[in-house]
This record gives sequence, structure tokens and C-alpha cells, in this order.
Amino acid sequence: MSCEHSNTVLHGYLDGELDAARALEFERHLESCPECLAALEAQETLRSALQRAQLYETAPVALRRKIRASLPALRPVAFSFRWPLVRWVSLAAVALLVAFVGWRMIRNYGVENQYQAAEMVDAHLRSLQAGHLTDVASTDQHTVKPWFDGKLDFSPPVRDFANDGFPLQGGRLDVLHGRTIAALVYGRRKHVVNVFVWPTSERDAAPRSGSHLGYQWVDWRQGGMEFCAISDTSAADLDQLQRLISQ
Amino acid sequence: MSSSGQGEGLGVLDSQERERFEQLVLPHLDAAFNLARWLLRSRADAEDVAQEAMLRAYRFFNGFHGGDARAWLLQIVRNTCYTWLEKNRPLEMKTEFDEELHVQPGPTPESLAIASDNRERLTRALETLPARFREVLVLRELEGCSYKEIAAITAIPIGTVMSALSRARHRLQQALSQRAPQEASREL
Repeated sequence: MSCEHSNTVLHGYLDGELDAARALEFERHLESCPECLAALEAQETLRSALQRAQLYETAPVALRRKIRASLPALRPVAFSFRWPLVRWVSLAAVALLVAFVGWRMIRNYGVENQYQAAEMVDAHLRSLQAGHLTDVASTDQHTVKPWFDGKLDFSPPVRDFANDGFPLQGGRLDVLHGRTIAALVYGRRKHVVNVFVWPTSERDAAPRSGSHLGYQWVDWRQGGMEFCAISDTSAADLDQLQRLISQ
Repeated sequence: MSSSGQGEGLGVLDSQERERFEQLVLPHLDAAFNLARWLLRSRADAEDVAQEAMLRAYRFFNGFHGGDARAWLLQIVRNTCYTWLEKNRPLEMKTEFDEELHVQPGPTPESLAIASDNRERLTRALETLPARFREVLVLRELEGCSYKEIAAITAIPIGTVMSALSRARHRLQQALSQRAPQEASREL
């Protein structure tokens, strides 16, 4: 016969779902119940085996694209077909003005540009295809940083944030507008974060964020470098990484 | 065309809502795919069902009033999976209720350690479990869901999540220990 606790409270304890008082009570019980102690050990073995086996299966990149493409189109503007020509002309004029002003702003704000965001997302997607993620795979910042030397005309800041939940996985070269840039790869739970870095002559700029094709991005400039972090993890995660890097 | 205002209410989001959907829900595609893959035991079927679930979520996004977007999506994924299973693999759903048939003592920690140290064997053991045990294990061990989230996703009362996990883990241990002797004799 097994101790009744091994089928109930033990699991709440294992999962960290007991309140402090019940957890303490169970720990006291463990001291006098070899059966529960053995069962807990077995459960911990099983759990770490499940973790080690990496059973989590992530969605294929193509599926993400397919879904995005099949999301029903935006609300049709059918009603506007009844507009007289003059309104169309004024609408076009406003659109042109907005586009021009927007373009000027975009020049000042880097990745705010949707096209650039799209390029970064494409670069992120490319990196997820087999064998493209890292050119130098290492969790050691002192391996990754020197690797960039001689391959770039600038020196990107490379730091590991494993203690904060963003372990460094490696680095890679990428190309943006014909210029070779650095890509740092971080892990975030099951997600991959690409941080693209390239030099800029613009002034520092506070982080700006957005999403494209379901990917979050955060872009900022600091100390003559522009940074753009991209991932399918949450916006909050990216903000946290942004703060870590800019510290 | 232009007069179908009411028909458009459901299913077509304005651009702001669509942006919100892309920020809140779409990033959980991996979670959706992973749950579907384990419930259906097939990557190919999981692709179809995850896509269907995501589009369904998109259609009903107006009904999402904030909160845990992942749990909300996974609830839809789970329902879509079961509907799909009932339609495409009705036999599989019938064998779900023989859970008390083989009650055996659990394996020793040593044999468990050996048996579970193998991705393929773990995968097969997990796949032999009835879907409702498999789902709580996947949500807890792979997706890292809290009991509260598991309760919300699977519609089981929060008070029984702990015992559901207990039974699921017991079944997984059994499945692993049953496999082990076969494997061992084959390797000899």
C-alpha cells in the first residue's frame, strides 16, 4: 500500500502549487515517510527526463506564414466606392502627405519603418531554418565576442543573460541593406530571440516596438549602435531583454 | 456587398483588432501546435488542426476580453482537437475509458531512470496514455502551465487538477516500465 499523500499533495508540492503552510507540512511528513520520499525522487527523475528529452515541438515556420496569409482580410472598404471623385482625390493627397511625412520620420527612426521591420523579421525567419541560426554557437560571451573581430568593422556588445532567463546561444553575420551586421542569438524558454546590431551615426533613441507577421520587435539606438530584437516570444520578454542589453 | 454590415461583424476584425490578435494570440502558435501534436500524435494533423484553431480564435477574438491569451487559445485548440478526433478517429476516443484496467505497482526509481532516458521511449509512452492524461502532462511538463491555467484549458475543476496529474504521472511511469523489458530483450 502506498501512502495516500504520494497520490495527492506530493504532486502539488512537486509543482510548487501548495501554499507555504501546506508545503511545510508536507516537508515535515517527508521526514518520516520513506515512501513519499522515494515517490518524490521518482517524480523528479521523471520530470527531468521529460525536460531532457526536449519533447516540446514548435510550429514549422511555413505554418506561421500560412496562417498569417489565411487570416481573413481587413474589413472591406466597399462602402467608400460610392464616394465622389473629389473625395478620392483629396484622400489620395492626404495619403501622399502622410506617406511623405511618415517617410521622413522613418528615416529618423530606423526600424519603425515597416519595410525594415519586415526585413528584420525575414532575417529572423531565415535564421530559424536548419543550420542558419548561429555561425558561432557558444554560450560563452568570451567566445562569441572575439569571433566577430575581423568580420565586422565594429564591435557589437556581447553579453550572456542566462541568469535573467536569456541564455546566449551564439552569434551570426547577417546582411542588411548591403551592409554586414551582427546577429546575437538568445534563448527565451522555447523561443529564439535574434538581436541585430549595426553602427549608426544617429543620436541615441528610446526603444520602439511593434509586431510584424506575429513577431515582436524592439528597436533602439545607444552609443552609436542600432539594436533590433526580434522574436515570437511576448512583448514583455523582449522589453526585459532590451533593458538588460541597454544597462 | 456593401449592405452586409451585420454579416461582417463576426470574423472580420478591424485593423486595430487584427494588430491586437497578432500581438496577443499569434505568438502562442508554438503552444497551440505542441498541444495539437501531442493530442493528435501526428505533426501533419497538428498543422491542420492548429491552423484551424488559430482561424477559429481569430473569428472569435471579439469574445476575448483580456486575460491569459495562451490559455484562451489552448482551450480552443483542445476543443478543435477533440472535435477532429471524434470525426476522424472515433475508435480512439472509445478506448479512453479503460484507464483502471491495468493497475500495477509503480516501477523502482532505478528502472524508471533507465527507461525514461530515451526520447523515443518517452514519446511512445506518452502517446500510449489516454488523451486526457496526455493533455494534463503536456500542459504541465512541456507548456509549464499552472494548475489554474490547466483547469481553464481542460475545463476540469481546479481542485481535481492535482489528482489528474497524479494519475497521469502514475500511468506514464507504468507505460515506461512496461516498455522497458521488451526493449531490453530486443537489444540482447
